[in-house]
Amino acid sequence: MKPILIRGGRLVDPSSGVDADRDLLLKDARVAAIDAPGKLNAAARQDSAEIIDAKGLIVAPGLVDIHVHLREPGQGYKETIASGTAAAAAGGFTAVCAMPNTVPVNDSPETTRWMQSPERSAQIRVFPIAAATRGSMGEALTEFGALKAAGAIAVTDDGKPILGDAIMREALAAAARVGLPVIQHAEDIRMTGGCSMNAGALAFRLGLRGMPVEAESNLVERDIRLLAEMKDSRAHLHVAHLSTAKALEAVKRARRNGLHVTCEVAPHHFILNEEAVAEYNTHAKMNPPLRSETDREAMLAAIIDGSVDAIATDHAPHAAHEKEQEFERAPNGITGLETALGLTMAILHGRHKLPLSRVIALLSTQPATVLNLKGRGSLAAGSFADIVLFDPKQQWTFHALASRSKSKNTPFDGWSLLGKVTATISEGRVVFRA
Amino acid sequence: MPKTQAKPRKTPPAPTPSTSHHPRSLISVADLSLDDISAILKAASALEAEDPQKRMKHLFKRRVSLLFYESSTRTRTSFELAAKQLGADTVLVSALSSSIEKGESLKDTGITLRALGAECIILRHPQSGAPYVLSRATGLPILNAGDGMHEHPSQALLDLRTILTHLRGPKPAPVSATSLKGVTITICGDIFHSRVARSNMLLLPRLGARVVLCGPQALLPETAAAAGPGIVIERDFEKALSQSQIVMMLRIQAERLAGLNLDLDEYKLRYQANADRIAAHAPEALIMHPGPIIRGLEITSEVADGPQSAIADQVRNGVAIRMALLARALTGAASKGKRK
Repeated sequence: MKPILIRGGRLVDPSSGVDADRDLLLKDARVAAIDAPGKLNAAARQDSAEIIDAKGLIVAPGLVDIHVHLREPGQGYKETIASGTAAAAAGGFTAVCAMPNTVPVNDSPETTRWMQSPERSAQIRVFPIAAATRGSMGEALTEFGALKAAGAIAVTDDGKPILGDAIMREALAAAARVGLPVIQHAEDIRMTGGCSMNAGALAFRLGLRGMPVEAESNLVERDIRLLAEMKDSRAHLHVAHLSTAKALEAVKRARRNGLHVTCEVAPHHFILNEEAVAEYNTHAKMNPPLRSETDREAMLAAIIDGSVDAIATDHAPHAAHEKEQEFERAPNGITGLETALGLTMAILHGRHKLPLSRVIALLSTQPATVLNLKGRGSLAAGSFADIVLFDPKQQWTFHALASRSKSKNTPFDGWSLLGKVTATISEGRVVFRA
Repeated sequence: MPKTQAKPRKTPPAPTPSTSHHPRSLISVADLSLDDISAILKAASALEAEDPQKRMKHLFKRRVSLLFYESSTRTRTSFELAAKQLGADTVLVSALSSSIEKGESLKDTGITLRALGAECIILRHPQSGAPYVLSRATGLPILNAGDGMHEHPSQALLDLRTILTHLRGPKPAPVSATSLKGVTITICGDIFHSRVARSNMLLLPRLGARVVLCGPQALLPETAAAAGPGIVIERDFEKALSQSQIVMMLRIQAERLAGLNLDLDEYKLRYQANADRIAAHAPEALIMHPGPIIRGLEITSEVADGPQSAIADQVRNGVAIRMALLARALTGAASKGKRK
């Protein structure tokens, strides 16, 4: 692999607190050196490095998405690991964490390894998140130690939340012993049967059954109670796609009490509210659902004030024929890998003036820290050469049809976004160029 | 290097709907302006009064499909009669005797009907919002004959015609935002599961009516009052009755209760429209019911068959309103700006 010199750009690396004009030399899949503009020219010549001109661009650690559905094994018609990671690379991501609700459920070291095999043709690094219980049935724990050895970086029954107190307690304890976080899709499904959107006046008017915010907050509160009752301080609960102010308060309270609780928020939950469902737009159907304007504002405020650890897309591709159905029948979820940076830049940086370093921290450094991905989310010397280059001032229009994902189910088709990815480098290889 | 562009706009634009619906579809009462409603009411009266032979010419040999995923007596028959009285050919496709049973999607069923020559589809479907799927798939005018718990707009229009005839006599006059000023209309029963209730509570306040919703918590959530302006909740049926000139009773929809445990004796005790209660609290009110009636549950025979009952009028008005809706959908007659 040829060394690469990235020169002339503005390097933003929240992990080392750098936000300055710096050149960057990549060698052997790692960051070899960082120095003032021009200072690495000689070393680069010596290595006959490929030169990438980053003038006017931000050079940042590659984005890390800790919540994606790549649909393999089993549902290649929606997405494959190859197509999903190609979309990720186009969106500036260099690492994605793949949820286990595949067919079959990823509850074994074999499937975990299969997902990471070079035969999958992943464009970027894929970190599997394994099922916490066999078949995600909520009954018997999987082998956390063996799953971790096979490459799993967390356990979850995403989409099929762990409801039983005893099994959740067991999962937290077993995961703590091997050093894995437990990720919970917090939804008390006893309160959401037959529901397809947020509960409230709009759901009533549309004649759809609504999911109350308590379905989320009750389970978050329960999980936190179980965590508090545990002796093992290593136990780590990560709350997936937080969407309600009520659950957020529980997370904040738990942290004040010294518990290891982290959370992520998806772009759609701080950008859209339930009104996007009007006329039964199945591209605005996801779980957790788009919430009230009050909850959306709470998510936005929590991201800005630092209460949220990570922005994660919950990239959930579905085929057109699955979404072109009656609203209640259509599956939950939207794609997100190619819009995450542009949306986050437009809203958080463009509109709410969040500094670039915070945007990068939320999309790269912090998610890497949450799931303990060593050498990711950072451009310190010795880190993986995972890099995104983007023009922070360029406005562009996202066209779903041009997406690299196999699926086009997004409510952001035609949106004007800010910050265009010009190149993505994964472990020293250029995997995307605009 | 990409060129730097202008400052970003404050917010991304709202998502644009993928396709627009046919302008003369009727999916929600919100699709209609007050002028549209006036035109529909006027057309209903004109068509009803017209010579049957002449009436046949309006939609002579036009092709109307009735696509019914749920059973129906009144609505289906009344749409079918309305279409036939205007001369149209109708074809009925029902879920249990078609490829729908084999798993054909709503989209494909719609495309098939269009390819077979359908010019307008009347849809009854158990899921809220289904007419939008059909409309996007076919681009045809869609008449919503009831979708899940969402809306039943032709029912609300025939109810409006029944109410206006009762209050102002049979001659149609244009409606305005004050046509029902000072009129209180109670809708009582299983509001949560009722598309009839939703269409009526969204339509009637636009003409100035005050709508009082009545029923137990399980069938009438507090959020219902926020569905639109002019809607209040009164849980005491007798208090609601004593304010009302019009009372609409609704059936308890056992098929949609989804595990809800409802004490029916308690329900009857509090919410049944029976002769004593109506005589004591609403002796002058018009009693309506969209059907089907469960006699002895939400309403007793004495009331349903009594002098205050407008149930048969409602059914009769259904044919006239649906003739107007079909003429509007297929010819533009009774659409805004015409037939003034």
